[in-house]
Amino acid sequence: MTKEFAIAAIMIAASFGPGLAIGWIASSALSATGRNPEASSKIQSAMILGLAFAEAIAIYALVVALVLKFV
Amino acid sequence: MEIVLAPEKIAHLGGLTITNTLTASCLVVAVLIFGALLVRRTGYSLESRFYNLIEMLVETFLTVIESVTHNKTVTRYFLPIIGTFFLFIVFNNWFGIFPGMGSIGFWEEHEGKKILVPFLRSANSDLNMTLAVALASVAFTQVAGIRFLSLRKFIKKYFNLKNPILFFVGLLEVISEIVKIFSFSFRLFGNIFAGEVLMIVILGLVPFLAPLPFMGIEMFAGFIQALVFAMLTLVFTSTNLAGEH
Repeated sequence: MTKEFAIAAIMIAASFGPGLAIGWIASSALSATGRNPEASSKIQSAMILGLAFAEAIAIYALVVALVLKFV
Repeated sequence: MEIVLAPEKIAHLGGLTITNTLTASCLVVAVLIFGALLVRRTGYSLESRFYNLIEMLVETFLTVIESVTHNKTVTRYFLPIIGTFFLFIVFNNWFGIFPGMGSIGFWEEHEGKKILVPFLRSANSDLNMTLAVALASVAFTQVAGIRFLSLRKFIKKYFNLKNPILFFVGLLEVISEIVKIFSFSFRLFGNIFAGEVLMIVILGLVPFLAPLPFMGIEMFAGFIQALVFAMLTLVFTSTNLAGEH
């Protein structure tokens, strides 16, 4: 039972930071697009890269949680 | 509901164990090779829809790569490997949500329980596979660095005795290359495996209609992950061409 709580705690802690980061990246990308709509394609590709980096942090925690659960 | 982290073994061929992710990735490779041969046989013709589709794809790749490298020769050099990474990963991810992927197999006694061992399973839900692709990507980064810088400049980036700060920076560069392998492989593996687990859980909760939107999400995530993998390889390689800091 303790293990289940540990897994839940990992996911809670690890989704907090990347959630903030993803929201922030998307909001700044949107305001940049609003200010300069011609650059939207460039901003979009940079945004996707940034999102991938932010998301990856949550994915590492997810991998740890999955290993705890299924191994 | 059974979820296993490691790929299931389905057969042995001499010393080689054949897992279900291996068969899936071989099938994807076969499809890609068949497509390539088909394009070659069609040759240049504007009437052929298939040829036009492939040409559009290659042109898109070239535009995207050139927007990062700003150099025609480097773009030509990057196109085959970056394109292959993208196509291989995206086809593997989409192949993973085909009907029959996790459902056709044979029953096996395992620790007193009967479990279904599927013949095919999405190749990127196996850490060995993503690690191999990540290693290939990082190796390509280094090879391109040697190819476009001189060997002396390339070594100088990682090992510089001119002053202690540069030496320390070189050490950090080495560490960052090793971390790249892990981050590449875990990002892809985590996303695809999490997608598989999500599908199994949703199928267990509501078997009809409910999994449909999640399949859409999976297709999108598979595409984005392939794009991210190819883009990151591209960006790392082109920063590697810039030489030392």
